Amino acid sequence: MSGHVHRDDLGSRLGMWLFLVTEMVLFGGLFIGYSYMRYRYPAEFHHGGMELNATLGVINTLVLLTSSLTVVLSIVAVQRAEKQRAMAFLGTTLVLGLTFLVIKSFEWSAKFHHGLYPNSAHLATLPPGEQVFFGLYFTMTGLHGLHVIAGLSVLGVMLWWVATDRIRQDRYIHLENGGLYWHLVDVIWIFLLPLFYLAA
Amino acid sequence: MNDTLHSHEAHIEHPGYGTFIRVWLLLLLLTAGLVSLSHVSQTYAVWGLMTLTPLKAGLVFYYFMHLKYEGPVFKIVVLVTLGTLLIFFALLFSDVAFR
Repeated sequence: MSGHVHRDDLGSRLGMWLFLVTEMVLFGGLFIGYSYMRYRYPAEFHHGGMELNATLGVINTLVLLTSSLTVVLSIVAVQRAEKQRAMAFLGTTLVLGLTFLVIKSFEWSAKFHHGLYPNSAHLATLPPGEQVFFGLYFTMTGLHGLHVIAGLSVLGVMLWWVATDRIRQDRYIHLENGGLYWHLVDVIWIFLLPLFYLAA
Repeated sequence: MNDTLHSHEAHIEHPGYGTFIRVWLLLLLLTAGLVSLSHVSQTYAVWGLMTLTPLKAGLVFYYFMHLKYEGPVFKIVVLVTLGTLLIFFALLFSDVAFR
């Protein structure tokens, strides 16, 4: 073994993008399902959307957009060897991601208190179109929430690696790929906001 | 080819903090536009959804996800995926239309 370490950052990023497009197809299938169901039950989707708290949806959008910004700024900071700043940006992202989850949990528990949760007795009394609306709402925001948790775990490791110099100016492909994942989670929420919260 | 020096050199043209902050401000502005349109009427809300939402997603892809700075292969991968989804969407609704 010589001092030469084989690295292929381009291939690494391309691999990440190939994974991300499978995520796009996963959520894309749900979005196509949503569009058909909305076409079939326009009145019920309108009514279901009114039950959701649009203010919380918009606040969470601002939270995620800002967290996306701080991730990309942390990459700029690493490129400039500004370690403390990179850690501050990544820390801010983690706090914002957790804020998103806290707001989401308040929102979901409010729905649960109104008897709106998958397979609930109250949901069964609603018209079929509204059952479909809430079914899609819990499936899509739930799957998105799981992605937020996964993204936060990845970015937590990135913060640790920046702190321990495993990610540094000449070697930050892991941070780039972790950031790509977080941005995709942000993009999915960009579509979820108008489809569910602003639909009414 | 891919030693540290080389990959570092290939990456030398990095955008700074300002670029991303401007994109973020634009994203906030577009979100405000989307929310205000949804208050006007259902028609405006749908138009906002169909125009401003893809625009916001495009900005995140192009700038935050660095697609602007990547080679054609990356753009093709994303476009092929979006094209595939569009074909599935068209197939579903052509089926619905002729039921």
